[in-house]
Amino acid sequence: MINLTCVRGARRLFKDLNFSASEGELVELRGPNGSGKTSLLRILCGLATPAAGEVRWNGRSIRKLGEEYFASLAYLGHQNGIKDELTAIENLRVSGAVSGTPLGKPEAQQILTRVGLLLQQDLPTRVLSAGQRRRLGMTRLLSSRAKLWILDEVLTSLDDSAMNLSREFITEHLKQDGIAIVATHQDLNLATPRIQQLRLS
Amino acid sequence: MFGWLVWRDLILAWRRRADVLATLFFFIIVVSLFPLGIGPERETLRTIAPGVVWVAALLASMLSLGRIFGNDYQDGTLEQLLLTRQPAYLIVLAKVLAHWIVSELPLVLIAPVLGLQFGLSQNGLAIVVVSLLLGTPVLSVIGSVGAALTLGLRAANVLVALLVLPLYIPVLIFGSGAVQASVTGSDPQAWLLLLGATLIVSLVFAPWATSAALRISVE
Repeated sequence: MINLTCVRGARRLFKDLNFSASEGELVELRGPNGSGKTSLLRILCGLATPAAGEVRWNGRSIRKLGEEYFASLAYLGHQNGIKDELTAIENLRVSGAVSGTPLGKPEAQQILTRVGLLLQQDLPTRVLSAGQRRRLGMTRLLSSRAKLWILDEVLTSLDDSAMNLSREFITEHLKQDGIAIVATHQDLNLATPRIQQLRLS
Repeated sequence: MFGWLVWRDLILAWRRRADVLATLFFFIIVVSLFPLGIGPERETLRTIAPGVVWVAALLASMLSLGRIFGNDYQDGTLEQLLLTRQPAYLIVLAKVLAHWIVSELPLVLIAPVLGLQFGLSQNGLAIVVVSLLLGTPVLSVIGSVGAALTLGLRAANVLVALLVLPLYIPVLIFGSGAVQASVTGSDPQAWLLLLGATLIVSLVFAPWATSAALRISVE
């Protein structure tokens, strides 16, 4: 089964953009600041509407799929999507429960351990560093069972070990027949065979 | 999911208590200033009581609307909520419920105490509570439409007021009408039934409008 995502046409930022992605494939979105990478990712998520053209998942327009598409999608944008006043573990469990994949305490702790935040699990997110908060944002990806990962500048704010961790997660996800569309300034250098590079100018 | 979202919002409100108490204090202060400013004439106070309590509740409600989605909008959790498999309708309902519990329910509970300052009878106080109990959820859910439409805009507070006031006015009329009826001795039932009907209609239609507005605001 092949999962296709086609986007045709768009806003003033880019025109007549066309591409598709299938299982196990990584799409690297490159381009200078302001070239529309974030806008494109948001269009792919279904948060924004393109001026022309459409996005399709498994051949069907995501407009029509609605929540069904969202269920197969995990998005990590510029903002981490975490609440400052909740602790790390509360954030993880709440986002899991709200997106339909509730996490028990031990499961949540396991995920926090994978990103190296187990010791900080009961701290309010407010006091964590930018890198730690980004890592907490990533736990949402790990706890979801989404087939499609849409990541915006996932390596920003991370130190070397955390960057390697992210690369690991993405590679693992691709190995499990997932799809990843990643906007990035730097080369991801993933040990994965199928990469598509999309350049916006 | 619904339960978790409500729980989440309640915990967040608890951890940011100061914001929340501000609405309650506003209500208390406005209502309490009137008897002091107008004088102790019992008849006058009883006549203005329904209007004063209801206007204060309405203003307090309007001031708190930015809080329903504002915080979530700023840290990116709102768009995450919209990207789940849960229908946006339920998400809106959960957030509005939590908002009502935190911002309006305290008003309902403290209103009878404040109503004593106006010399309302026991029956009058009871009708105040019932009318607020029926009416404040309407204010929350209709207000959520305005809040969603003005997310992230400058002068959002003013805009929300303009959008939401025309819809608030019927609630005000029904609510204060009910209390007025009990003060003058007639039957408040008709007014309360109208309030109830408004509640049901707004619960059915408003969350749908709010979720559409949220998707526009998040774009």
